[in-house]
Amino acid sequence: MHENGTATNGHPSLAAFDGVDFSDAEVRDVVIVGTGPAGWTAALYTARADLNPLIYMGPEPGGQLTTTTDVENYPGFPEGILGPELMERFQDQAERFGTDSRYGTITHVDLRERPYRLLVDEETPVYAQTVIVSTGASARYLGLENEQRLIGSGVSACATCDGSFFRGETVAVVGGGDSAMEESTFLTKFAEKVYVLHRRDELRASKIMQERAFENDKIEFVWNTEVIDVLGENQVEGIEVVNNETSETYVMDDVTGFFLAIGHTPNTGPFEGWLDMDEEGYILTEADSTYTNVPGVFASGDAQDHVYRQAVTAAGTGCKAAIDAERWLAEHGAVDPAAADREPVEA
Amino acid sequence: MAESENVTTLTDDNFEDEVLNADEPVLVDFWATWCGPCRQIAPIVEDLADEFAGRAKVGKVDVDDNPQTAQEYGVRSIPTLLFFKDGEVQETLVGASGKKALKEKLEALAGQPA
Repeated sequence: MHENGTATNGHPSLAAFDGVDFSDAEVRDVVIVGTGPAGWTAALYTARADLNPLIYMGPEPGGQLTTTTDVENYPGFPEGILGPELMERFQDQAERFGTDSRYGTITHVDLRERPYRLLVDEETPVYAQTVIVSTGASARYLGLENEQRLIGSGVSACATCDGSFFRGETVAVVGGGDSAMEESTFLTKFAEKVYVLHRRDELRASKIMQERAFENDKIEFVWNTEVIDVLGENQVEGIEVVNNETSETYVMDDVTGFFLAIGHTPNTGPFEGWLDMDEEGYILTEADSTYTNVPGVFASGDAQDHVYRQAVTAAGTGCKAAIDAERWLAEHGAVDPAAADREPVEA
Repeated sequence: MAESENVTTLTDDNFEDEVLNADEPVLVDFWATWCGPCRQIAPIVEDLADEFAGRAKVGKVDVDDNPQTAQEYGVRSIPTLLFFKDGEVQETLVGASGKKALKEKLEALAGQPA
């Protein structure tokens, strides 16, 4: 994946930097990209280490937990806590120690030499002595044309956000893992009927989640089934599916809500070509650390983890990235932007 | 966080007056108290209300209290942001969006400051 877009001279195109004046750009010791549990924890630790971290909140401030309801497995909250509230607490704690948090998304990076050059929202320049990547992952869609067109009009990747719009209706959930079970069980609070479509004849979900779903009268499992089209002009008015054993295709025309729960894809696009990644785009880190292949750039949270993907593991790697960055900076020091001898950016 | 006084609270009752009959462009944010992403973008929406005061209106519709308006515009995900001009929807954005994208769209509808 990281060969994509690589220019002949060995790094991705820097065209986005053309005409951006870095002469008055801020120079920061630590810039953190993304505000899920990993990012805020990295901010908390680097703030307490007096590194005055700057954190960009990205397109989905607070990250995936803002689209959940009760978080029952974050230690220290025996009664559970709402996902959005947990993230507000992370933020408050990081800001209490001086974290500088801003709205904006890092859209481009130039990691040829330190201090690294970053662009916020394609236009605002910032220099970073070290970068902590905590951009997380986002829900995956099937990629069907009509599915994309109807996002927000009956197609959703967030049952907890949108479930209440489907009161008394029939909805379909695609997926076979824990999140598919959780979403379908949640949707029965509103919907009259919930189909769970799965392309295999058994689930990946944990036993306890499966049992909860199997026991629910409103949930009907449709096995060996894949969605090939989403129907409807302005709103979802049905889905077309195929049984992958019999090759029979048919339309489920009672479905007015279509929910995706088929996993995640890492938000690592801006770092493609700079950081080593696996074929799915997850950033590779050195064993027992958060080091990437670029010195002074560290990766944490779901952007580098497709195995555990928990709030608590993300927070753990955010802490590791902060400690790695702090020690690395102590050893390597900061670089004056004026001293950097950059090649001119090619057109 | 105190709500900006430049944000108009929209309801099923005042929607026509405040949005459809407005002279200036209007950004309408459909939200609910229990929606995490809505809470996260709320400060961005408030910033825009302050920055565009006098040039564009920014309003919020609580979909739980005002189901009629949400239904009329086919809102089935929140946050959903609709941009109105002359009583017509010009643009729809579903999900949390960055400030820059919102600002550009509003800027395009409001025209450059005099």
